[in-house]
Amino acid sequence: MTAPVVTVTGGPDERPVIAPPRTRRQRPARGRSRSNFEMYAWIFMRMSGLLLLVLVLGHLLIMNILDGGVQRVNFAFVAGRWASPFWRTWDLATLWLAELHGTNGLRVIINDYAERDGTRFWLKMLLYTSTFFVLLLGTLVIFTFDPNLS
Amino acid sequence: MTVTEERPVPGPSGDVADHLRTVTVKVRRFDPEVDAEPNWQSFEVPVEKGDRLLDALHQIKWYQDGSLTFRRSCAHGVCGSDAMRINGVNRLACKVLVKDLGDEILVEPIKGLPVLKDLIVDMEPFFEAYRSVKPFLIADGREPTRERLQSAEDRARFDDTTKCILCAACTTSCPVFWNDESYFGPAAIVNAHRFIFDSRDDGADERLEILNDKEGVWRCRTTFNCTDACPRGIEVTKAIQEVKRALIFRRG
Repeated sequence: MTAPVVTVTGGPDERPVIAPPRTRRQRPARGRSRSNFEMYAWIFMRMSGLLLLVLVLGHLLIMNILDGGVQRVNFAFVAGRWASPFWRTWDLATLWLAELHGTNGLRVIINDYAERDGTRFWLKMLLYTSTFFVLLLGTLVIFTFDPNLS
Repeated sequence: MTVTEERPVPGPSGDVADHLRTVTVKVRRFDPEVDAEPNWQSFEVPVEKGDRLLDALHQIKWYQDGSLTFRRSCAHGVCGSDAMRINGVNRLACKVLVKDLGDEILVEPIKGLPVLKDLIVDMEPFFEAYRSVKPFLIADGREPTRERLQSAEDRARFDDTTKCILCAACTTSCPVFWNDESYFGPAAIVNAHRFIFDSRDDGADERLEILNDKEGVWRCRTTFNCTDACPRGIEVTKAIQEVKRALIFRRG
């Protein structure tokens, strides 16, 4: 930010005079909240990260490497897997944990990098809206999947 | 003005005494009465083998340009006045040797605090964060009539964080602090740690609650810049992690 420059005019020694300090900050907004939200978010990131290691690596292994790999994946293959509640739960857990893990990560990045409160607010709104729709759509598909669809 | 002959400056021919080496010190300068923006100024400085960067800055201020402005007090790494950004990292000018810095040395004010002039920054936001963690003994119960004793083990628990000299090198090396002045910053957390883990202190819950804020310890991204910057070798990131752990496992 540029400091306000006030020029002394009309004199022989005309030169800019700046009111120091350069960027005076307002008093920090601290100590308002008395919630454990940030702590739970921090713990969630670690726990979901550990679970996602298993869930995502397992998913990649099944989809891309085991018997024939990605070539065998078609509608029938998905229908066959989702006949079992175990794999539906697996995929549902992966969806929710990955989406919330990613959302919280982006929330933290927005908090760290967005400088103005307005920017911060709108970026977060965009983020939460997209999170809501991805979770809604994914969950809807997992619960209402119809294997008899032609 | 008389010129002392103690520290010869380069003559017109450019040669200096044999035991001296010439280095270029580029200082990021800002004069609020003249400049709209900070600018770099280079100085050719003759230095001796054992010179610290502070000696080079003195050489500039005393023999070349008296308007160069910086803080220093004890000049031996105890008072914490001369923290600055040297070749891109935060160090005390009185604790780094010029011989370890190459032939061109960049010197800037510490980052994230308002620059007042040249290498001097406004430390008030830093001290405001320090004060807000209540860095003093909070003891319940009756005043003892003698010393408050504690075992050697209890004392060792927080020994590392007693070493802080409040130079602000850690806080101003923290990328989170650069972008958000509301973050308490490593130094405030270190000084809270010093009392939270003190067996004689009863204010731990109060301080933990302060640091549980959204601008508290959970904003730490574990980049280790603070640990690298600390001139006293305090394991700052470890201290922050210990406060996080205390918050997670506290009762109630």
